[in-house]
Order: sequence, then C-alpha cells, then structure tokens
Amino acid sequence: MAIVKMQRISIYALSKYSKDVLETLQRLGVMEIENVGIEDSVFYKTDSSSYSTSYMRSASLMTQAADIICEYVKEKKGLLSSLEGRTPLTAEEYEEIAQKNPEALDLAYKLSGYKKKITENKAKIIAYQSRIDALLPWKRLDVPMNIGATNSSKVIVGTFPEELSEEDIRLKVAEVSPETELFDVEVVSADTNQTCVFVVCYKGVYDELMTALRKIGLILPSSSTPNNPAQEIKTLESKIKKKQERIAELEKAIASCQGQLSLLRFFEDYYVMKAERYAQLDNVSYSPHTFVMTGFIPETDSEKLKKLLFERFGAEVELEDAEGEDVPVLLKNNAFAAPAEGVLLSYSAPSRFELDPTAIMAIFYYIFFGMMFSDAGYGLVMSLACGLALLKFKNMEAGLKRSLKMFFFCGLSTTFWGLMFGSFFGDAVSVIFNTFIGTSPPVIPGITTPIWFNPTVGSGPTTLLMFSFLFGIIHLFAGLTLQAVNYIRQGNFIYAVYDDLSWILVVTGAVFALLSTDMLSGMMNGFKLPAVFLTIGGIMAGVGAVIILIFSGRESKNPLKRLLKGAYNLYGATSYLSDILSYSRLLALGLATGVVAGVFNQLGSMMGNSVVGIILFVVVFIIGHLLNIGINALGAYVHTNRLQFVEFFGKFYTGGGRDFKPYAVNTKHYNIKEDI
Amino acid sequence: MELGLFLAVLGAAIATFLAGIGSSIGVGKAGIAAAGVLAEEPSLFSKVLILMLLPATQGIYGLLVAFLILQGVGVIGGGAGEVSNLEGLLYLAASLPIAASGLFSAIHQGKCSVAGIHTVAKKPDTMGKALIIPAMVETYAILALLISILAINGIGALGL
Repeated sequence: MAIVKMQRISIYALSKYSKDVLETLQRLGVMEIENVGIEDSVFYKTDSSSYSTSYMRSASLMTQAADIICEYVKEKKGLLSSLEGRTPLTAEEYEEIAQKNPEALDLAYKLSGYKKKITENKAKIIAYQSRIDALLPWKRLDVPMNIGATNSSKVIVGTFPEELSEEDIRLKVAEVSPETELFDVEVVSADTNQTCVFVVCYKGVYDELMTALRKIGLILPSSSTPNNPAQEIKTLESKIKKKQERIAELEKAIASCQGQLSLLRFFEDYYVMKAERYAQLDNVSYSPHTFVMTGFIPETDSEKLKKLLFERFGAEVELEDAEGEDVPVLLKNNAFAAPAEGVLLSYSAPSRFELDPTAIMAIFYYIFFGMMFSDAGYGLVMSLACGLALLKFKNMEAGLKRSLKMFFFCGLSTTFWGLMFGSFFGDAVSVIFNTFIGTSPPVIPGITTPIWFNPTVGSGPTTLLMFSFLFGIIHLFAGLTLQAVNYIRQGNFIYAVYDDLSWILVVTGAVFALLSTDMLSGMMNGFKLPAVFLTIGGIMAGVGAVIILIFSGRESKNPLKRLLKGAYNLYGATSYLSDILSYSRLLALGLATGVVAGVFNQLGSMMGNSVVGIILFVVVFIIGHLLNIGINALGAYVHTNRLQFVEFFGKFYTGGGRDFKPYAVNTKHYNIKEDI
Repeated sequence: MELGLFLAVLGAAIATFLAGIGSSIGVGKAGIAAAGVLAEEPSLFSKVLILMLLPATQGIYGLLVAFLILQGVGVIGGGAGEVSNLEGLLYLAASLPIAASGLFSAIHQGKCSVAGIHTVAKKPDTMGKALIIPAMVETYAILALLISILAINGIGALGL
C-alpha cells in the first residue's frame, strides 16, 4: 500500500555506447526517460527522426509480409488465443535470431513481389474476361471481323442498338434508300439491346449502303481481331487459364513460406524496438565524446541499474531523490490488493502527496462485488475460469493478468456471500431434488439453506437493505478517514477534525437518533436503541454541525462569508443521504442475481421428471445461468466501480498523478526482457 | 377474485413490457453505434459489447419484478390462492416504479452508451470512465427496482 519512492537518475557515458545503453534500458524496462534540456556550446542534440521513420517502414514491410502469408494460410488460433500474450525470449535467443536479418528482409521483399505479381495477373484476367464478354455476341461469325473485301464484294460488320431481324433491316434499308440492292444481311446474334450483323455487298453499292445503314443506326465495332471471334475467345480463355495457373503457383510459393511466419513477426518487433530506440535518442544530449540522459527510476531498482551500467559500459550514474509535481507515480501493493490497481488507475493515478488507497479500496471492492453477484455457484465458476486461465497462460499481458486476478478474488467473495445467503445457482439444488428425485432436499448449510439469512423472503430484503446502508456508511467513513490521514501526513491535524471528524459525528449522530425512534424499528424487526441514544446522537450531530458551520468555510477571511459558506457546506448533508441510499444497489443487484437464477431453474423444471424434462433442464440450466452470469457480472463490475469512484473517491481522492511509464519493450509478438 | 388476479398479472405484464421496450430501444441505439465502430476497429469488440449491454439490465429488472408478482399470486410455483381486488391493485401499483423508470432510464442510458462507445472508439484507454457515465443513469432504475421488490415483499406479508 504505497507509492514507490522515485529517484531522478542521470547517466553519463561515452558516446559510442549510447545505443547499447538505450537497448539495455529498453529491455530492463525500469526507467522513464525524460528530455534532457541541455543544449549549449558543448552539448548538442542529434536528429534521429529519419532513422526512426525508416525503421518503422521496415517494421511495416515485415507486417505486410506476414499479412500476405496469413491471407493464404489459415493460422490456427484457439478461442483463448487472446489470453496467450507474447512469447518470451532471452537476450541470447534474441541475438541469435537477430542474425537472420538479411534472410528476413529477402523473404519480405520476395513475398511482396509475389503479392504484386498476383495482383497484376488478376488485373490481366479481368481485362481478358471483358474482351471475351465483348466478343461473345460475335461467336457465331466464322470469319475474322475485319475481313474487308474481295475483288467485287465488300463486307460490313457492325451492330444495331435494338433487336432486329434480317427482314427488319432489309425493310429499313429499302425505306431509306430504295434503289440499293445487291447486298445480303446475316444476323449473327440479337437480343433486346443489340443486334450484331454481317453484311456482304457488291463493291459498287458499298458507299450508298453504308450511308443507309448508318442512317438506320449501324455502329461499327471499336476494335476487331485478325482471327475469327470463336477462335479469339478460345485463345483468350487459354490465356486466362495460364494466368490462373500462375496465380496458383504464386499462392503455393507464398504458402510454402508459412514456416517463416514467426521470423517475420520477430523482425517486425525488432524494427519497432529499433525505431523506438532511435526515437529516444532525441531525449539524449551529446558532447563530442560523451552523452547524458536523465529520467526517473523506482528506488528499488536504482542501485542495481547503476552497478549494471558501470560494469557493462563504464557509465557514471547519479541518483537523487525525486521531488516536485511532474514526478511519475508507481504503485506497489501486496498480491491481494495489487489486482485492484487497475480500477484505481482507470479513475486516476494518485497524486504524489496522498496515500495510495488501493489496499483499502480492494477490500471494499471484493466485498461489494461479492454482495452484488452473491451466488456461490457463479462465484466458483468465475474463480475457476480466472484461476485456470492464469495457470494455463503464463505469458499473459500484465494488464489482463491483473484483471483476471481481480476477478478471481471477486469470485471468492461472491462464493462467500452466496453461501451466506444460501444461493448456489439460485435454488438449483432444491429444484433438482423436488423435481427429479422427489424428496425434499437435504440441508446443506450455504447451498440449500443460508448460513446468515435469505434476502429474498420475509423480512430478508429489509434486513439486507439496512446492512447495505451500514456497509455504505463504513465505506464512506473509510474515505473520510483516508482524507484525515492525508491531512495529518501534511501536518494539518486540525483540518482532519474540521472536515472529516465533523462529518463522522453528524452521520453517526443522525444514525443513532434515527435508530432510537420508532421510524425505523419496524424495518429492523423491532430493533431499537435505548432512548438515551437520541440525546447522544443529537449532541454528536450538533457538535459536528457546529464544527462544519464555523470551520468548513475557513478559506474566507470575511466572517459573514465564512459562516454562509459553512452553512452551504452543512447543506451537503443531503449528499451524504443520497450517498448512503446509493448503497441500496448492493441489495437490488444481489436480489436480481438470485431471482433471475431462480427463474431459470423453474423454467428448466417445467417439463417435470421425464427424459425430456431432464434434457430441458440441462439445456435451460446451462444457457440460462451463463446468460445470468454474463449480465450480472457486468452489472456487479460496473456498479462496484461506481461505488468506488463516486461515493468513496468523492470523499477524499484528488488523483491527477502521472502514471509511471517506463521506457520498455513495446512489441506485439515477442517479449525480450532482461532482469536486473 | 378473477379481477384481483387479472390486475396482478397486468402488473407483471406492464413491468415486463415497459422495461423491455426501454431496454430494446437503449440496446438498439447502442448496437447501431457499436456496429459502426466495429467496421473500423474490430479489436474493440469486447469493449463496445460491454457498453452496449449496459441498458439491457432494465429489461431484466422488469422480468424479475414480474416473476416476483406471478410467484406472489401463485401463477407460477403453484398454490394459487384467493387474490382479492385490493391485493391485485396493490401488485399492479408495485409494478409501476420499475415499469416507468425502466422504460425511460434504459432509453437515456442507451444514449449515454452510444456516447461512451464513441469515446472508446477514439480513446480505448478511457473504458473505465466511459462505463461509469451510463451507470449513473442506471441508478434510478435500481432505486425503482428496489421499491418494487420491497413493495411486493410487503404485500405478500400483509396476507390480504
């Protein structure tokens, strides 16, 4: 439960080592590098952006090459492959594979060459196909389309943009130019859009026939072939086939590279890392023979890094305690609380001057999640699923691991609350016994009977509602206490009294007073505090209210303004009321899980004790409960977050810290890591 | 007796269909936004799915209340006893909070979910915050659910 102490680190070494130092730092992943602001007559900056860009280009070349392979070879990916994470590599393995750089580049170029050829061939096939389409209407013509003329005859080949028969054409020609004879028309093909015709005529009438035909709508083809159309189509088809064979060959060649996929992936990472290293060079200042870089490092790692850099590179390392606003924040918690760090960070990292509330928050987080999900069966399913995934996938990404660990603990808490309320897949055991075995269920504490009480029957809901409010008040007080601790750490002990103790007094006093009247005793099964608590509560609330009235507006010098501000802050009591009422969701969501589970059990058992009934029950049980787990786990997660973010953090948390982001290996497929 | 039973079942029906309409509209709106985001960023599937499902809960709350009412009057679970007109009316009244709150809160939660999906599309890191905003709207459905449940529970205990 703490914010790790940060140190400011400065590294000085010979220029020739600068890239090696950066590579080491990248693999260690312990230091956040900041921009050294030194630029003077001795120190200068280098511009390495062009290198960085060119390495990024190489990286994307590798990505594209890998994508080309994946396009033609189905990669086997399990359902849970997203949990697998990156393959770890030691520094030695990394160096060994890195030797294959030229091979990988050749392969990548080769693959993109193949891809380009495939695209070209495909484009050609399309061109051939469209020519075939254009020739198809002429298929019946058994002479070349540009056959031209003989000694005494001429040939006209063309189309009309409508459906015409030979008779139609003859009639139309006769209409336009009645004298023209000595010609013969043959319709090669005709459909509603066009008619292809072949006309032979005596040389002498060619000109007048041509004019007549044009008048009735003849269009000459835009291109023609030296072969007759049927033959031409055949040639084109064989060309297409050849191209297709070529494409198949190329695809086979690409598929044969499947074994090298991992190599391409490795070099994608290799170039990304290299590009990022060069990008970091911008933050380094050089003199003619030396360089300097600065940054932040957690205190726990600093001495080890100092030793390592001195041994490897003879580097001089200076360390000093980091202070000030822009120092990044790194959290360190025990194995129980650490998984909840993700929730805290998704709100905001704590500022450097406050306590890390993760440990306290984690306890409430698990408890509240459990109360809202509150089913022993569901909790076990969740814990088992998370636990198995954590055991099976060792290389899982850190963030995912953290979430799964958190849900593992949430599952345990859910199981606990499920047993307390006697819910195991709803009332599954009772339903199974009543429907399929025909006897009343055995008494198994926690599974058929609640260990504590059943919140769905009788006075159960009101009792649990009261306890929800109680847990809520404890949660809010924990928040106020954390604020008090922050004040005390900063030496403002009295502020803790003004802002925190005062509200604790008001709320506790009000609760005492309420509990000693008749108002709530009906909801509390007749429970009532002795009348003296009305006085005690009244005094506590009164003292608290006076403190708030006088001191909460202390920033204002003007006494009247100060009192008015105090009065306004006292009005904030309404927000405490709504905060406490907000915890009723613990009850409501808990009931929702249990009742919906019961609905599915009842639906499943509707067909009674028969083969069909048992099958129906199993199907409804599996689908129904999976659905219920999904929707209620989502609800429990979201509303637990809300209770932390709004009610709890609202009381004390300032946040606004900067998350510590060490310069590290930031790759997709492989994780190259050295430990200090 | 018949009228009392009818009123109770009417209450169950109102709770289910009004809350259900709300959730359908809310999830539907969010679903359209989610599909749009997926066209550009398929990797965000799990995140937008979660945001999309947030307005689905009201429909379930409605179902839950309906189930409790049907169980209370013995339509399911057997043991159907006499349902007086007053009891039927009381059950009908008890169904109204979740019916009305469920209808409107789901629609508005759906709008917040749409906005959240857009936020996540641009900045996937803000998932935590994008989830909390629609959850604020749901508070009122939860409060209504609570009152409906407490009322049904109380009516059962009255023994009318």
